[in-house]
Parts: sequence; C-alpha cells; structure tokens
Amino acid sequence: MTSFEDPMVRIEQVHKSLGGKEVLRGISLEIPRSETTVIMGPSGCGKSVLLKHIIGLMRPDSGRIWVDGEEASAMSLRELNRLRQKMGALFQSAALFDSMTVADNVAFMLRQHRSMTRSEIASEVAKALEMVDLTGAEKLKPAELSGGMRKRVGLARAVVMHPTLILYDEPTTGLDPITARGINNMIRDMHERLGATSIVVTHDVESALSVGGYFALTQDGQIVMEGSPREALRSDNPLALQFFHPDQYVASLNKDNGGGGSKSAGGDGASLG
Amino acid sequence: MIAGVFRRVGKAGRAFASQIGSRASSYLRHIGACASLLAMTTRCLFARPFFFSNLIAQMAKVGVESLPVVAVNGAFIGMVLALQGYEQLKMLGTEGLLGSFVSTAAIKELGVMLTAFVLSGRIGASITAELGSMKVTEQIDAIEAMGANPVQYLVVPRFIACLLMLPVLAVFANMIVVVGGYFFATSILSGAGGASGVSGEHFWDMVQSSRSFMVKDVYTSLFKGATFGVIIATIGCYMGFSAPAASGAEGVGRATTSSAVLSLVLILIADFLIEYVSGQVLDI
Repeated sequence: MTSFEDPMVRIEQVHKSLGGKEVLRGISLEIPRSETTVIMGPSGCGKSVLLKHIIGLMRPDSGRIWVDGEEASAMSLRELNRLRQKMGALFQSAALFDSMTVADNVAFMLRQHRSMTRSEIASEVAKALEMVDLTGAEKLKPAELSGGMRKRVGLARAVVMHPTLILYDEPTTGLDPITARGINNMIRDMHERLGATSIVVTHDVESALSVGGYFALTQDGQIVMEGSPREALRSDNPLALQFFHPDQYVASLNKDNGGGGSKSAGGDGASLG
Repeated sequence: MIAGVFRRVGKAGRAFASQIGSRASSYLRHIGACASLLAMTTRCLFARPFFFSNLIAQMAKVGVESLPVVAVNGAFIGMVLALQGYEQLKMLGTEGLLGSFVSTAAIKELGVMLTAFVLSGRIGASITAELGSMKVTEQIDAIEAMGANPVQYLVVPRFIACLLMLPVLAVFANMIVVVGGYFFATSILSGAGGASGVSGEHFWDMVQSSRSFMVKDVYTSLFKGATFGVIIATIGCYMGFSAPAASGAEGVGRATTSSAVLSLVLILIADFLIEYVSGQVLDI
C-alpha cells in the first residue's frame, strides 16, 4: 500500500518557463517512499524538466521541492552536491563519458565522493556491473557498446553509491522491444535489491505498466491524474484513456461526434496506436 | 506621399535601433557570463578535489601534440622573415643585421602570436567542440547530477594547461623562427647568390648582440603567452557550455566557429593593449 506520510519527494506549486514558454504550470506532486513512481505524459509536457528540478539541474521560477525531507530548491550548490550523493540518475541518452572506459564511468562518483583505494573502487565497480549483467566490461569504451548496453552501464553508474532515490529519464526510448523489456526487468530488479525509491519518466506504456507502483500523468505542465496502477487503468481521465485504453478513447470520441466524426476519430486512434 | 516615406523611414530606423540595442545587450550578457566563468574557474583552481590526471592529459594535448604544427609554422615564418628582411636590409646596405632583425621580430611579436593563432584554431575550437558535444549529449548534466562541479572537472584542467603550455610553446616557437631564418640565410640565400653577406657565425652574433631583443622582451612574450592561453581556454570553454542543448550538431558547429574567431579577435586586442601598456604607460 502506497504511503504518503513521509514522501521521498514533495513538489509544491512549481512553475518554470523556458524560452518564454511556461513548461511547468504550478505542478504539485508527492513521490511515495520505497515505491516506483511512473511520471507519464506526452512529449513536451514537461516531465523531463520536472526530473531535472528534482536532481537540482534546474531551479524553479517559483514553488518548492523537498527531497528526503530537505528543501532542495533552496539549497546552495555545496548542499545540493551532498544531497545528490543519495541520488542516482539514468539519462535518456545514458550520457556516458565518451573519453572514459566503462569502469571509469561507473567509478566517477566513488572517486568524487569517497576516499577509497583502487582495489576497493574496482571491487565496487565490478559489483555494480554484475547487477546489470555486464561483468567483465570494465575496459570497454562507450563507443564499443550497443544502445541497451550503454543504458545498463548508465544504470550501473547510477546505483554504484547505493542511492536511496533513483531517477530514470525515458529508460526504454530508442531501444527495441526485447532490449526494452530487459531494461524494465533491471529497473524492477534494482528496486527489489536496493529498496530505493524510483522515479521513472516515460511515455512507453508497456514500460510504465511493467515497473510502476504509482502513476502520475502530466499534461501541459500539470498533474492531471495520479494513483495506483489499478486506479490509473480504471481512470476515465482522457489522457489516462489515451495511454492505457486507446480503443476506448477512440470509441468515446466516436460517440461524442455522433458517428459523423468517425473518420477523424479513427485517424486519432491510428496515431495513438 | 512624403509623409508615408517619412513614416517608413522612421519605422525602419526604429527597427534598426532596436536591433542594435538587442545585439548590444546580448553582447553584454555574453561578456558578463564569460567573466563569471573566468571568476568561477579562478575560485576552483584552489578547491578540492583536483583532477590531476585530467590536467596531465590536457597538458599533453595542448603542449606536446601542438609541437609539430608550431614547429612547421615557426620554421616557415622564420624563412619568410629572412627572405623579406634580407631584401629590405640589402637596399640600405645593412644585410649584416639580418640575424638581429629575425630574432627581434620573433621574440617581440611573431613567436607568441603564431603560437596563439595555431592554438586558438587547434585547441580553442577543439575545447568548444568537445564541451559542446558533452552538453548536447547530457554529459555535463550527468557530471552535475553526480555531485561534481563541471567547471572544476572540465574547465580547470584546460585552463591550467593553456596557461602553462602556451608560454612554453611560444619560447619554442621563438627558437624555431630564429632557426628557420638562420637556415634560410646560410643555406638558401648563400647558395643562391653565392655571396649574401650573411655568414652563419655573423647571424648568431647578431642574434645575441645588444641591438637585438632584450630580456624584458622575453618576459613580455611569456606574459602575452599566458594571457593568450587564458583567452583561448576561457572562450573555448564558455562557447562549449553555451552551445544550446537542443540545437545538436549545428549548434556545436556554430559555437566552434565563434570560439575560434572570437579568440583571435581578443588575442589581437590583448596583444595591442599589453604592448601599449608595457611600452607607453609603464615604459618598461
């Protein structure tokens, strides 16, 4: 059962404009602890921007953000860097450092924040790579890896410090369905192993249903629906219908248009499918 | 009709003025942001952790890998200098001063300028392209997300490498220019005319004579080298960081061109200012 008594992340009335366009319009959301929350929404609805606010890569124009009980939106860079040690982020493009080997990529945070010997670092890196089924890949360069492998190295890098909050930005985008399923399994596996709170930003319905314990749907910079997977699937919110039951959504459009609009609604349905 | 023409001219004038205004404010914004990057870099020079391996890699890239191109450029500039200098000096019957002419020109101006020009193209542009690509592929976001400071991690090693290696390369370039001039005067010139009036021994005597450069010229050259290094690293990094993430390869390409051009312009301005202040104002 999802508990909101002590949420891992609390977002309160956050506004953000980028290039003169208001991307987040007073968004408020609580992310339950030790749960995988999926933030879904169409492209350009501001979900990745919201994720960047949680990591502190962007600051809100107004509104406040708490992470693990601390107000991240009011922190100095030094305090934020301390808070970031509790977080791990997997970027959409994996964002591996091209000039470094896989081992150096995974070891980056350990070298930055921990006083460890070379052999201790090597052992932690090996453990993290083992968690993502890439044992022995230490010496490879990112250019030698496939898209799925890059994401897995990105995930190993995100979890090497055993974070309490893991953020995934579009983890399955650009991957074939089989590799995407592998990544979904890995997200679930990571959640079980580390017991961390996870936030997954995606528009991939299969991925969302596979990993999500709690859903938040965003549209036009606001949350339009949130709840458990069961509530999300039963919701009659138009965006939830478009995502989870495109057929029903098309049928409802047809009904509204009294048959005359079947052609255009059918077109919508095709694009949604 | 005349009123209509005036109205149109007035409208065009207002549009022009507003365009100039917005450009000026955009330039001022860039200058401010660049200065703040320089200030942040200076602060980070003394902060921990210090990425020593990054510094060594950058010093090798800026210094060692630039040696061949600086050497080739220096040798040819030395030869051109000897060729043109010889023609001019011969008209005055003072071709014996060729060694002095080449060494003075090299140490006072050409050695460090040629190094700065080569490095603004080779290193400044490459820094911008590298950091710009890292920005576009979210690698700089990743550094921040992992609790590290991108300025400390990326800018500081490049800044120190340019600051230290440019003066070293400038000294090397000075030597190569003189050697190029010597080679031309003693081999080609003597070989072609038979009696150029410039012997190898005399050339070296003139290089070392008090009529050539002075020690203060060497110090000025080193100071200029360090200043140009700071310009190349700061502009290169700033342009890379300011490449718009959404603009992809096109934005990185634009930033790279701007970086090389802006560095060259600033190097020329700085060269004039240093020369003017050291020669006219401080009179050293």
